[in-house]
Amino acid sequence: MSGLERREAEARRLLLAGPRPPVPADLAARAAGQGRRLLRGRRFVRGAAWLLLVAAVVALCALTAVAGSSPGAAPPPPGW
Amino acid sequence: MRERRAAHERRRAREFESFVGGAGGRLLHAALLLTGEPAERAGAAESLLTAALARTYAAWDALRGEDPYDRARQELVAAYLRTARRHRRPRGGALDRLAPYERLVVVLRLYEGVAEEQTAACLGLPAERVRALCARAVTALLSPAGAPSAGRRRAAS
Repeated sequence: MSGLERREAEARRLLLAGPRPPVPADLAARAAGQGRRLLRGRRFVRGAAWLLLVAAVVALCALTAVAGSSPGAAPPPPGW
Repeated sequence: MRERRAAHERRRAREFESFVGGAGGRLLHAALLLTGEPAERAGAAESLLTAALARTYAAWDALRGEDPYDRARQELVAAYLRTARRHRRPRGGALDRLAPYERLVVVLRLYEGVAEEQTAACLGLPAERVRALCARAVTALLSPAGAPSAGRRRAAS
């Protein structure tokens, strides 16, 4: 075992020997609650993004239809 | 459809609860070493771990065979890196004398036993830098109390 390895092993022992904090009883429940909120938030953002995309497509279609049928876009009558 | 989703969520919550029951103690100890708090006042370590576990819960369905412990540890490292500046000042814990990155390397390499290359990939550092940080941290840890590490000395000056 090299000097560095021995020192690392000693430091590891020091870390593992330290006092362990008590785990709060509601840790899993709190984390799961926060995780569910995170998922809900992500779902909401995804839903809003889809809605925005659909609205943009509909608006574009409507705009194209209106521009296509408006008299301004029609070819000029013959003779002009 | 709704019933199936509810059953799925219940199963996920059950699996998550048993995972936290088994790994919570070790992860909280790792978080405590990172924040540098004493064991009896582990408030920052608890909130760090809760945030990391919440992200693990949110990714639970997408783990697909990946070890949830590895994911939780990764999230813990990411949460710590986001807030590392807050943990600079001494709080009386075991790794008090180390700078944030030195604590991270010591916890991953020595406490968790993660390989050097994997630690380097996790932290986005070259492997030589990880080795140097680890050697410096070990020297500071084993030196008599009162001698700050090179990282902290430089940060203080």
